[in-house]
Amino acid sequence: MSAPHSPHGSPSAGGCPFAAGACASNTAKVYGQIAEFDNVDDILSAANKARKAGYTKIDAHTPFPVHGIDGALGIKPTILPWICLCMGLVGMTTGILLTTYCMADWIPHPSWLVENFKGYRFLISGKPMLSIPAYIPPIFELTIMFSAYTAVFGMFLLNRLPTLSHPLFSSARFRRATQDRFFLAIEAEDAQFEAKQTQAFLQGMHGVLAVETILD
Amino acid sequence: MSHPTPQAAAVLTDRDNTGDDPRSRAPLITGTNDFTSVTDIVASIAERKPTLYWWIAFGGAATLCGFFFSLLGYLVLTGIGIWGNNQPVAWAFDIINFVFWIGIGHAGTLISAVLFLFRQNWRTSINRFAEAMTIFAVCCAGIFPALHVGRPWLAYWLFPIPNQMAMWAQYRSPLLWDVFAVSTYASVSLFFWYAGMVPDFATLRDRAKSRIGQFAYGVVSLGWNGSARHWHRFEKAYLILCGLCTPLVFSVHSVVSFDFATAQLPGWHTTIFPPYFVAGAIYGGFAMVLTLAIPCREWFGMKDLITMRHIQNMARVMLATGLMVCYAYAMEFFVAWYSGSHFEHSLFLNRPFGNHRWGFWAMFLLNCSGPQLLWFKWARNNLWVIMACAMCVNAGMWFERYVIIATSLSRDALPSSWAQFSPTWVDLSLLTGSFGLFFTLFLLFLKFLPTIAIAEVKTVLPQSHAHGHAEEAH
Repeated sequence: MSAPHSPHGSPSAGGCPFAAGACASNTAKVYGQIAEFDNVDDILSAANKARKAGYTKIDAHTPFPVHGIDGALGIKPTILPWICLCMGLVGMTTGILLTTYCMADWIPHPSWLVENFKGYRFLISGKPMLSIPAYIPPIFELTIMFSAYTAVFGMFLLNRLPTLSHPLFSSARFRRATQDRFFLAIEAEDAQFEAKQTQAFLQGMHGVLAVETILD
Repeated sequence: MSHPTPQAAAVLTDRDNTGDDPRSRAPLITGTNDFTSVTDIVASIAERKPTLYWWIAFGGAATLCGFFFSLLGYLVLTGIGIWGNNQPVAWAFDIINFVFWIGIGHAGTLISAVLFLFRQNWRTSINRFAEAMTIFAVCCAGIFPALHVGRPWLAYWLFPIPNQMAMWAQYRSPLLWDVFAVSTYASVSLFFWYAGMVPDFATLRDRAKSRIGQFAYGVVSLGWNGSARHWHRFEKAYLILCGLCTPLVFSVHSVVSFDFATAQLPGWHTTIFPPYFVAGAIYGGFAMVLTLAIPCREWFGMKDLITMRHIQNMARVMLATGLMVCYAYAMEFFVAWYSGSHFEHSLFLNRPFGNHRWGFWAMFLLNCSGPQLLWFKWARNNLWVIMACAMCVNAGMWFERYVIIATSLSRDALPSSWAQFSPTWVDLSLLTGSFGLFFTLFLLFLKFLPTIAIAEVKTVLPQSHAHGHAEEAH
């Protein structure tokens, strides 16, 4: 891979990664800077350094979940498990209400409700109206269904996916973030971000292969 | 690198990871693989042009699949009278095939969810594979009961949808439990599989050369960029899903067994059914995973990722669940005798010596005898023996369902209603054709999707763990 990148664009835009034509405007908005590493130790140490240096809008982009990166970046635990628990309880309640409502008429419903939405006394094979043991399988499956759907879709929504376009995808180098390279990104929105200083900071990391400025 | 062949040739140094020496941990991935080579091995399968073997296999499977759907058309237009079903054998090949296919699916969820919770890291090489098998097996399974309702266009009656008849589904019926269990299982397995593939789709997107590949993988990868925050939620969601899928997978085949166990029929009305069915499902499922994994690792150069140790572990699981199944067979006979029930007595005598005795002996020999070879180390080291055992189980588990369903129904408690069942050509062709659907889907998966969980396999490489000097570096 190439040696650490030296800036050759305007100072305000940091280093321009492309040929002169691609970065026509000096006032192009900068998304941030990324530093490339090729092993787990270096990305962890870089993430720790950046956090300790006071950067807050930092992220690592890695081909697989790196153990210890959460602490290194200061990532707080996600609330996803609590959302799943709540939705599981909603699913269970849905199951209890659905089965007991449909198989009996003791849950009151308004008089204007159309006929095909009403529950009725369904007496079959001598089982009681409220056959909770027989209702457990649907209740159980609905609990699982609600919480499992929430785990999948909640994860994607909290991650703000799908987002098919991202400034980082403009970098050819970044394509290896899903293969065998590890990137530390510092966003320009970070209060402490200053193009030249941040670049120098990233270039001083142990094992850095390249530093690149990403335009928004 | 576009071809894995030079890579595969270079890493022949250390292929044997089957040792049981407790002093050294056996590597899960053999050879000298790193993040780059693992990515190359898996992604290149989806990137290069399919081989001639693939085309031949796909041609055969797709033809069979087309035949299957033509037959379904014939069936829907004609009615299920073209099956061999009669009274009292109202459930026959349709339900046998349903239970057979849904059982196969169970190994996928067991490998992806249960083994994850038990921290069995060897599962990472085969879970994608096994999950795909689950989805496709459930597709095959779902078709049969949908047809068995007779008028498949009214199959929506199974769901609690307010309708013009002002009638609700019957929640006390195990058949309705099946609807809930199987639809939850199918959809949750599908989302689990898809969610796991998203990071690997991103890998394929970033490597794709063609516009079509970039676009297609770009859309399905949802814009995954490997952010640590995304991985954090991803891992949490994965753990939650494993926790949810574990009771789910056990509930599904238990509920399938309730279809039988809650009936009064001799041979069905037994409390051993739920655990017996679950063990049988895992038994048949692992056999199918082995049937698919052994040829694939040979043909697609994945021997370093799906190692001999993986194959041996699966063979051991198959042996263990096979013993549980044999125990259940023995216990059924014991309880039939011990119950003192006249009808149970005669039914269990009828199984080995009666009208469907060939089915019973096929089941017994294929499930209880052949796979016992796997007790021996030489057998577990020989892929041909393992493959033969797996084929025994594939067939044997089908016969098990045949014995349970056809024998019991044809000899119920009232001799005047006894009747013999024999399948028609449509029955036999639909069973064969469902393999066409299964293999068509599986071959498409092998060609276009990440067949091995690339990101997960990287986490079991030694390089994925920090060496502890991360803090000292500054």
